[in-house]
Amino acid sequence: MSNPTANVKLALEELRDELMATYDPSKPCVTVCAGTGCCASGALEVKAALDEEIKKQGADVHVDIKITGCRGFCEQGPLVAVLPTKIFYTKVKQSDAAQIIAKTILKGEIIDKLLYKDPVTGEKITHETDIPFYKEQHRILLHDSGSIDPTSFEDYLIVGGYKALAKALLTMQPVEIIEEVNQSGLGGRGGAGFPTGKKWQLCRQAPGTEKYVIVNADEGDPGAFQDRSLIEANPHSVLEGFIIGAFAIGANHGYVYIRHEYPLAVERIKIAINKAREHGLLGKNILGSGFDFDVTVQMGAGAFVCGEETALMASIEGFLGEPHARPPYPAQSGLWGKPTNINNVKTWATVPYIINKGAGWYSQMGTETSKGTTIFSLVGKINNTGLVEVPMGISLRDLIEKVGGGSPSEKKLKAVQTGGPSGGCIPESLWDVPVDYKSLGKLGSIMGSGGMIVMDESTCMVDIARYFLNFSRFESCGKCTACREGVTRMYETLDYITRGYGQEGDIEQLEELCKSIKAGSLCGLGQTAPNPVLTTIKYFREEYEAHIREKTCPAGVCKELITFYILPDKCTGCSLCARYCGDQAISGEKGGLYVIDPDKCQRCGVCREVCNFDAVVVR
Amino acid sequence: MTEDISKVDQIIETYGLEQKGLIPVLLDIQTEYHYLPPEAIQHVSERMNIPMIQVYQVASFYKVFSLEPRGKHIITVCMGTACHVRGSTMLVDQISRVLHVEPGETTKDMQFTLEEVNCLGACALGPVMVIDGKYYGKMTVNKIEKTLSKYTETEVVANE
Repeated sequence: MSNPTANVKLALEELRDELMATYDPSKPCVTVCAGTGCCASGALEVKAALDEEIKKQGADVHVDIKITGCRGFCEQGPLVAVLPTKIFYTKVKQSDAAQIIAKTILKGEIIDKLLYKDPVTGEKITHETDIPFYKEQHRILLHDSGSIDPTSFEDYLIVGGYKALAKALLTMQPVEIIEEVNQSGLGGRGGAGFPTGKKWQLCRQAPGTEKYVIVNADEGDPGAFQDRSLIEANPHSVLEGFIIGAFAIGANHGYVYIRHEYPLAVERIKIAINKAREHGLLGKNILGSGFDFDVTVQMGAGAFVCGEETALMASIEGFLGEPHARPPYPAQSGLWGKPTNINNVKTWATVPYIINKGAGWYSQMGTETSKGTTIFSLVGKINNTGLVEVPMGISLRDLIEKVGGGSPSEKKLKAVQTGGPSGGCIPESLWDVPVDYKSLGKLGSIMGSGGMIVMDESTCMVDIARYFLNFSRFESCGKCTACREGVTRMYETLDYITRGYGQEGDIEQLEELCKSIKAGSLCGLGQTAPNPVLTTIKYFREEYEAHIREKTCPAGVCKELITFYILPDKCTGCSLCARYCGDQAISGEKGGLYVIDPDKCQRCGVCREVCNFDAVVVR
Repeated sequence: MTEDISKVDQIIETYGLEQKGLIPVLLDIQTEYHYLPPEAIQHVSERMNIPMIQVYQVASFYKVFSLEPRGKHIITVCMGTACHVRGSTMLVDQISRVLHVEPGETTKDMQFTLEEVNCLGACALGPVMVIDGKYYGKMTVNKIEKTLSKYTETEVVANE
């Protein structure tokens, strides 16, 4: 009987060879981005129209059509890219399908109206790689996102998938794998940046034979969607890293804990798991290595605190998602009291690259203390909203202005919020700092899982602080008094301030409360909940003072402190605003001048939105 | 009103009787009935041998679960930061005014339930509103009525 190891390994490699033999990289392929963003904009309808056209025009022998995961440039969706030329079409409609096939595929012509137009220069850009949004990025984890079909095991094999798994399981010892990860300097991408190799080592060394590993895909930070996109785009990369990690740690069962709010990601990771199991990459004796491992997908049920590792484990066990005091750390006593290792989606997905290319290659990127690349979701008041992967250490300014393309309007950008409800707001004047765990921490914010929300002059910083505290007060599990009561009290104070009832001494009282809450909370939620308040007071104190002393909202956001007003010289008397106003607060005669009655006005803002002449303003 | 809870047993069987099955079981019940009927909760407690108080604790702790029947159409407005800075609060206010319900409530005719969610991760499209799983990106206050009326019209047609 031949060596079973050689046999199974051969099966995977044979399949890859077979695929490579028939794979023709020069054959045109129309890829339709099918991430949540593009799907919401109608990508699947575009794909269906392309499928139909291709048959109609008899082009099906010349071209493939497939869906891919998120390309990151969600703002411009639905996105269609033609490979291998990388001709890049934005905001594609169903009705464009016929032309794409007839012109671009069959004749090689470019369709001008579908090209991306640079908002700054006005220049039309033909190829994806030339668009500034992509040009400034360094895509490793996202490298294959735009070319592989996330539901296809074969596509992942073609780009070299599961090579790292075979290398790790068949040629490396667990301790060697851990050492490699250690040397790479990879830090936990969930936000805290704890060295991944060290975390694995602690769990490996913990006594006991029953151990668990967990993928933390409970991406609860509002304004962050990197983990969702990565799973939607390349679920096998997460899974491959996960299996390698489990082998290194010595765990035989793993959980993928994923948000219920991410149905597409749930579906894709489940497909990936099933395919991997079919091909013997999960289950007993993986690749003939003697290593057994299987994975269960567990959905979260809408509790932000479950992103915290001890709360997450309680949730998997079927209890309330309440954090526990640490120590003992999960590495000693985690799921059902067994040693457990939890890492973020991006951390796991990085592992195959480190195994394939080596720790040295990885640690070249980034800064002294923060290695590699990381993914941010760049959102808010910015031109190029979407998902970006950049090396650690890039400056906030480059990230926001070069990759993000700056402000989409005349309004000046004033701050960026990082790290979700646990992070802080960093003012524009400090944007030259490098993005890494240490530097952002010094500014009172955190790196977090990678959400970056850009704010301009029309964002009220007191309102933002109130917004985050409102979030945290509902998401506090209620276990620690300081967090449960303190955060609510802070929210109330901020709410009063935004409604014009602020008093002298409120700011100081808020600062005092921040200290107590930080000191008196068990888990990260409470310890970091004051950060949005502390940073907005530190950097935007004058906005607080304007609300408290002058009862005004400089950004024109806080409802009780603003009035809507129609500029007489701009009003054309078209009557549109009056027709839309639900409160009958706008009166006037067609062709004449319209006025808003401030007593009736509910400040819903419809009039400003519908006015075609920018005549409605906030005072 | 008593619900027909015959499907609950089937759901429990999928996940087993251990404590770790509780949340997946409740999630499936929620998907099936759009809320957690009291009869179902009691049945889960008995079958899985978990005290009622614990089942209720879990059911009320996690946001996904609803203890009240919900409307035929679920309107979810994303309250994530990116949507917030682009005006999602105004959307909720407007929907509240049009439908006369506050977030978390259901219209008297049981047609619509208005809900808020912390973040749908579709930040580039913000502000985002989702009705029955269909995403409406870059929503504006003035588009609300028209969008909602699509759903009421569908109903009228369906009833004819």
